[in-house]
Amino acid sequence: MSGAEVLAQQLVNGLTLGSVIALVAIGYTMVYGIIGLINFAHGDLYMLGAFAALSLIGVSGLAPGDGAAATWGTLAWVLVLVMAFTGGLNVLIERWAYRPLRRAQPLAPLITAIGVSFILQNLGMLWGALPLEVMGTNAVAPKSFPDLIPRVDLLSRMGLATGVRVTTKDLFVMGLTVPLMLGLHLFVTRTRLGTAMRATSQNREAARMVGIPADRVIAVTFLIGGALAGAGALVRGLFFNTIVFNMGYGAGLQAFTAAVVGGIGSIPGAMLGGLLIGLISALSDHLISARWTPAVLFLILIAVLVFRPRGLLGDPTGQKA
Amino acid sequence: MLELSGVEAGYGSVRVLKGVSLRVGPGEAVALIGANGAGKTTTLRVVHGLLEPSAGQVRFRGSTLAGVPTEARVALGMGHVPEGRQVFSRLTVRENLRLGAYTRRDAAGVREDLERVLEVFPRLRERLRQKGGTLSGGEQQMLAMGRALMGRPSLLLLDEPSMGLAPLVVEQIFRVIAEIHRAGTAVLLVEQNAYLALELCSRAYVLTTGSVVAEGAARDLLVREEIRAAYLGG
Ligand SMILES: Nc1ncnc2c1ncn2[C@@H]1O[C@H](COP(=O)(O)OP(=O)(O)OP(=O)(O)O)[C@@H](O)[C@H]1O
Ligand SMILES: [Mg+2]
Repeated sequence: MSGAEVLAQQLVNGLTLGSVIALVAIGYTMVYGIIGLINFAHGDLYMLGAFAALSLIGVSGLAPGDGAAATWGTLAWVLVLVMAFTGGLNVLIERWAYRPLRRAQPLAPLITAIGVSFILQNLGMLWGALPLEVMGTNAVAPKSFPDLIPRVDLLSRMGLATGVRVTTKDLFVMGLTVPLMLGLHLFVTRTRLGTAMRATSQNREAARMVGIPADRVIAVTFLIGGALAGAGALVRGLFFNTIVFNMGYGAGLQAFTAAVVGGIGSIPGAMLGGLLIGLISALSDHLISARWTPAVLFLILIAVLVFRPRGLLGDPTGQKA
Repeated sequence: MLELSGVEAGYGSVRVLKGVSLRVGPGEAVALIGANGAGKTTTLRVVHGLLEPSAGQVRFRGSTLAGVPTEARVALGMGHVPEGRQVFSRLTVRENLRLGAYTRRDAAGVREDLERVLEVFPRLRERLRQKGGTLSGGEQQMLAMGRALMGRPSLLLLDEPSMGLAPLVVEQIFRVIAEIHRAGTAVLLVEQNAYLALELCSRAYVLTTGSVVAEGAARDLLVREEIRAAYLGG
């Protein structure tokens, strides 16, 4: 493999990983945009999404090698259910944990979010102890996620003899994440509710003055952010084939960094930031070492916060988008 | 139409309104004047449900508004042009105006009203695709008024619409307010420029540190010495 091929391969890996990071980053950025909260529990919600996906697949009995029709049919249902689960759970978390603190000082919801993060992690541990075959025998050990998507190299299939592999798995990830992001973009920019959402994040009091039910719009924001994290969790499970109860921490750091790099509060920023962080992580895994990648991300996070706090696409006036 | 009785309200432990009672009849234009910090904005926020009163009552069109959220008050016919305009700075002028009709479901009526607002404020038509934040102060005031009118209010709450504007623009804005009022909309107007306010309104209340200290017909207030001295610059 030539140096250029290695680089190209990391670009492919980075874009695939990045599109999953972007889905999670959107949840951070939308919630920050609308209520100014860094939702520390978001990574753990994503983890619970992965556990829900694994459990549903376990219950469905779907196994590698089942026919394409059975696989896609079942996965479509799993996707819908997981998105409903994480979206709904996020709405309940907002309702019970954050909404009562709407008028409290900003530190209170922040600390609450850390508490919610712990609660969700512990739920993940308990979930791992459920008597399901897919959970194995050790509650806290990593669970293997069935490898349901075949890994067929598309470039060599098309007769292109390169060292770079673009597989059906990469295609699956893109095929799911890109339409979700496009759909979100259209929803936010073109619909009445989406416009109300942007209005509420720009000026909540003015939004209430024109008759927008701000609390309901905030709930919808949590629903969408949570649902996208659930989709990301299923995709990630199917791509990397292992999940663990404390995976929310690393995934959350990656996604939060992506949101900050893109400009926290900006949805297009979270998408761009996700792709960038995916690329950087892939390159760092390869050129430095996977063990150093979290440190690299922390450095980037700090550098952005110090030198360009509004990120790439954040609002220049420092307001939330 | 609107009736406040013994309304008390504040922020945290700070008491701002100490028993405010006032009334706006159907189609009536009423001014609320008073020094900075008297509680005029706070009164409008209580009326619109942005702040819950700690005591007293707000009644609108015959029923009490206790516990009624702002969006329901908008649907009942209250429009609010807030202090400082508060336009959505990163939404376009068109989006700002359309959001003004958020509680309405009559698409045809909304289109009609949009056309009417753009006739009243032709400057806004030229800037429909521009972001609210890029408008001049006068244009933002027009946008805030247009946005409130899109809700087809039967009571319009106006908070210092002349603030920071050139005399010519102020004149234009007040001409529009007068037209709206003539067309049958009740108006509760907060205004530093008390002469302007008293010219437009038939009755007025004078608020001092959270209490109504004077009320009456606008022309009577205009000639009362102590009010002239305190609020009308002598
Ligand atoms: N969000 C808030 N938190 C705490 N105190 C507030 C808040 N808003 C207003 N106040 C206080 O309440 C009092 C009344 O304020 P309000 O804005 O109602 O006055 P106003 O009559 O509208 O004054 P102005 O003519 O300057 O607009 C002031 O002393 C102000 O400092
Ligand atoms: Mg005021």
